[in-house]
Amino acid sequence: MAPLPLALPFAALEVGHHLYWQLGHYKIHGQVFLSSWVVIAALLAVVVTGTRRLERDPRGIQNLLEFLWDYLRDIAREYIGEKAYRDWLPFIGTLFLFIFVSNWGGALIPWKVIHLPNGELGAPTSDINTTIALALLVSLAYFYAGLSRKGFRYFEYYVEPTPIMLPFKIVEDFTKPLSLSFRLFGNILADELVVAVLAFLVPLVVPLPVMFLGLFTSAIQALIFATLAAYYIGEAVHEEHH
Amino acid sequence: MTSWLLLAEAGATAGSPEGGLFDLDATLPLMALQVVILTFILNRLFFRPVGRAVEDREGYITTSRTQAKEKLAQAERLEADLREQLKEARLEAQKVILSAEQDSDRLYREALAVAQAEAIASRESARRTIDAQRADALSHLQADADRLADLIVDRLLPAS
Repeated sequence: MAPLPLALPFAALEVGHHLYWQLGHYKIHGQVFLSSWVVIAALLAVVVTGTRRLERDPRGIQNLLEFLWDYLRDIAREYIGEKAYRDWLPFIGTLFLFIFVSNWGGALIPWKVIHLPNGELGAPTSDINTTIALALLVSLAYFYAGLSRKGFRYFEYYVEPTPIMLPFKIVEDFTKPLSLSFRLFGNILADELVVAVLAFLVPLVVPLPVMFLGLFTSAIQALIFATLAAYYIGEAVHEEHH
Repeated sequence: MTSWLLLAEAGATAGSPEGGLFDLDATLPLMALQVVILTFILNRLFFRPVGRAVEDREGYITTSRTQAKEKLAQAERLEADLREQLKEARLEAQKVILSAEQDSDRLYREALAVAQAEAIASRESARRTIDAQRADALSHLQADADRLADLIVDRLLPAS
């Protein structure tokens, strides 16, 4: 392990260090799971308190949850289409909520207070494993959506409108998860790094605007990820009108 | 900054077997599994109940709206009906008033005619009675006068 060039008592930067947990033969990144559990717990806590008593006149958290539901339904309905969106709303919604809460959690929760023996806590989405996992799930989802709805006619999509498109569409199947995962990963990691570097150089006040910008980017990234996932699924279930 | 990233990467690739930014391991499938499980949990706890609540409300609002519209239409129909009835009743009332006025007028005229006829008849009979009595009285007077005249003549003639 290369030693860090600077070892100041505050705001030291660690990139690419992980807290390894051994699981049989495999190693996993403990810090990612720890922070993702916090995120999931927060999400579930809000959901459970909000849906404990659903009423016709919404009160308290139910309003928030209904707003979120409506928002996610609009995304799913707009990009997947009226016919199939109901099946995919939970998936799109979970992607959005998980990424959004992860990103904001990474930015808002003071993780640095908790000291780990190696690596550091942060947004789960700033780890490439998480984003690739999400992106591959999206790939699986749109393949499954297309195949289950259209059977093998799904592959007509590759030669429409002309067979010349075939190589491009095949390449697209690889670039979609790649771009999804790296966009999210890059944005969130870069945001964390920029904040960390600024905090490292000027610990007071100066990082604040960047932090706000980071919150904005985080929300946008969650929206982009969910929207693109919905769009890909919509593309796969779309029926050409001959 | 770059140097740290490079160092981190260099550390990952050259030196030790672990670490680095692009360190893919069993975190990936486990995270995917975790997200899938989260999807099912959220579907059960969030998307389905909230969706049901929202759609129930939408249905409730739609049915209430249609019901309200139906009731409004019914009320309007009733109102028109009642207006029609009211108009008819007014016409009826006017007719009744008119006929009653005519009736009373007629009755008045009849009563007046009867009374006038009675008055005329009684005046006539009274005049006739008066005339008869006057004639009677006159004849009496004439008779008395005649008698008196005879008496005077009788008295005066023997005396002379």
